[in-house]
Amino acid sequence: MLRPPGDNPRSPRHLISAADLTRDDAVLILDTAEEMARVADRPIKKLPTLRGRTVVNLFFEDSTRTRISFEAAAKRLSADVINFSAKGSSVSKGESLKDTALTLEAMGADAVVIRHGASGAPYRLATSGWIDSAVVNAGDGTHEHPTQALLDAFTMRRRLVGPDAGIGRDLEGRRITIVGDILHSRVARSNVHLLHTLGAHVTLVAPPTLVPVGVEQWPCDVSYRLDDVLPKSDAVMMLRVQRERMNAAYFPTEREYSRRYGLDGERMARMPEHAIVMHPGPMVRGMEITAEVADSDRCTAVEQVANGVSTRMAVLYLLLGGSETALPSASARTEENK
Amino acid sequence: MSKILIRGAKVLGGEPQDVLIDGETITRTGTGIEAGDATVIEAAGQILLPGLVDLHTHLREPGREDSETVLTGTKAAAVGGFTAVHAMANTFPVADTAGVVEQVWRLGKESGYCDVQPIGAVTVGLEGKQLAELGAMHDSAAGVKVFSDDGKCVDDAVIMRRALEYVKAFDGVVAQHAQEPRLTEGAQMNEGIVSAELGLGGWPAVAEESIIARDVLLAAHVGSRVHICHLSTAGSVEIVRWAKSKGWNVTAEVTPHHLLLTDELVRTYNPVYKVNPPLRTEADVMALREALADGTIDCVATDHAPHPHEDKDCEWAAAAMGMVGLETALSVVQQTMVDTGLLDWAGVADRMSARPAAIGRLEGHGRPVSAGEPANLTLVDPAYRGAVDPAGFASRSRNTPYEGRELPGRVTHTFLRGRATVVDGKLA
Repeated sequence: MLRPPGDNPRSPRHLISAADLTRDDAVLILDTAEEMARVADRPIKKLPTLRGRTVVNLFFEDSTRTRISFEAAAKRLSADVINFSAKGSSVSKGESLKDTALTLEAMGADAVVIRHGASGAPYRLATSGWIDSAVVNAGDGTHEHPTQALLDAFTMRRRLVGPDAGIGRDLEGRRITIVGDILHSRVARSNVHLLHTLGAHVTLVAPPTLVPVGVEQWPCDVSYRLDDVLPKSDAVMMLRVQRERMNAAYFPTEREYSRRYGLDGERMARMPEHAIVMHPGPMVRGMEITAEVADSDRCTAVEQVANGVSTRMAVLYLLLGGSETALPSASARTEENK
Repeated sequence: MSKILIRGAKVLGGEPQDVLIDGETITRTGTGIEAGDATVIEAAGQILLPGLVDLHTHLREPGREDSETVLTGTKAAAVGGFTAVHAMANTFPVADTAGVVEQVWRLGKESGYCDVQPIGAVTVGLEGKQLAELGAMHDSAAGVKVFSDDGKCVDDAVIMRRALEYVKAFDGVVAQHAQEPRLTEGAQMNEGIVSAELGLGGWPAVAEESIIARDVLLAAHVGSRVHICHLSTAGSVEIVRWAKSKGWNVTAEVTPHHLLLTDELVRTYNPVYKVNPPLRTEADVMALREALADGTIDCVATDHAPHPHEDKDCEWAAAAMGMVGLETALSVVQQTMVDTGLLDWAGVADRMSARPAAIGRLEGHGRPVSAGEPANLTLVDPAYRGAVDPAGFASRSRNTPYEGRELPGRVTHTFLRGRATVVDGKLA
């Protein structure tokens, strides 16, 4: 939900769901991320843009990777960063999300980056009237993880179109395959929305037990057979599959899952030459991806981490930063294009 | 007790009539009845119904008096036009002994706003393991005839079978909360298109339908009667319709909210829409309305489920399930069933008074509006339109899904055995 100006001029804009981004919103974020990436190549990796603004990382779930990515992004924009981990805090003593939010608001948070185990918690935070700050969803339950989708799209555009050639462009006509535990994946949900918005064609691949009932309404195809899809993919995104899932009968054994849906060197060879392998991490090597694939040049997992900082810088910058250069201009540009 | 003359009301929606109440009883109906020394209530344009009966009310006392008490709950009932409610057993302690059901029964007597008929738990502590003392609860002053583990399903087929058999001794009925527990682990909302998108754990229709299918077969097998609580899916309707076509003794209820609201509302992540069973799809809503109209579903029951504010002012997964419903039930039924032409007011009287009283074997309620009958009556102004304002609720809780929504109709008067509990829409 990137709220357009005029909706309520006093309310901040938020990033809750990738589905709320227009094509132009998304391209603007990717273009801005490209500029941010160039900052990262400088000897001094810091911009003064968010000096004096406070970003709170409110993490109700352990996620060191995502938290430090947001932390690095905010710090490179010169924002003050407060890390609030729910573990060991008053939250574990029964304090509600509402009271935690009120506390952070009282401390002057301009943006709250929230990771929460409950789907919809960031939406509640943004819409319940508890706080006025901008809210950025850093992953909620099995709902969405929009900045992950943005950094994935950024990585795809860089690799498949080019860092410079990609500016101003989307992913029109690219064929993206997402493989793994779709049912429990917020990464898959955000990616399906965003990639569709950017003109890509998405195919989900998983055993039928790990595809949600209701998926037929999603703007994508679903296949149960990885080998059929691989030759027609420009990017193959492997999702982590937790070993515990087999205890709930989602699949019989780890080995059977790996045989049918894991990506090994032999399968990778069936992908088009230009195609890339992606993984949002953390990887379970030997389960959904073999070491051979994970360590190959075609795998962008490490690159995605670096791109995550640039993309999150872009999101924070556009939500909090310039008044004229921020996201409202994306909406304004949409108007002009009509 | 004084006399009351209700003048010019459309009895069950029919021609205007006068109804004279003397003491606890209706003494005359007809036209041009002289008022004499009776208090006159001008009721032109209003509908006179038998006092409404709710088969499914959570009064929360004992144990959760922060959300509702027998007193506040019965006040809410009176405002909603009810003269009798069945108090569900999932209190703290659970109403699984004669002592607890008698306590609730006594609190109901003391409240004076409507009759409270306690429901007894089927199993000890609602644990589904061991039958509660059903006979003792029946023999107690509370005279329990309806038994339910509502909130939990009696999922063990043997326990369910035995309960169905056992209550035959005193013409009792088991009211089943149909929810297959394994299929609904972690369930947060209806499983379908919306849950897939929102990433909330799904509560599939089959979890309800499979239990209903089993229980109608069990009831037929042992020759007992079973009542299905808050039936919520089109598939459940089909199963009940089939069971009734066999002549089996199966009854079912639907809640007002399942007649009006759909799972699309969950897109707001506002827990005020979180309820069990969950809001379903538009197709389910339409099937439920049709089933209520054709009698496949016997009655409307509110499943009035009060919760304190903090249990709803939070993220979806952490929120309690349930909605208050007593004070809005008739309006929702008017909107979904009467104003749509599916049911006339006589039909409403049947589905909200006569049928639930018959299922619960409740005496003195759900009777015709005629001379000699107890004066349990509800007067409704069907032309009224107004937005729901929870701040004005008589219930202690405010967790209504209808806040700000305009609903038709308003209960202007409620009479419990000739005594006005509600006058001009306000508690008397």
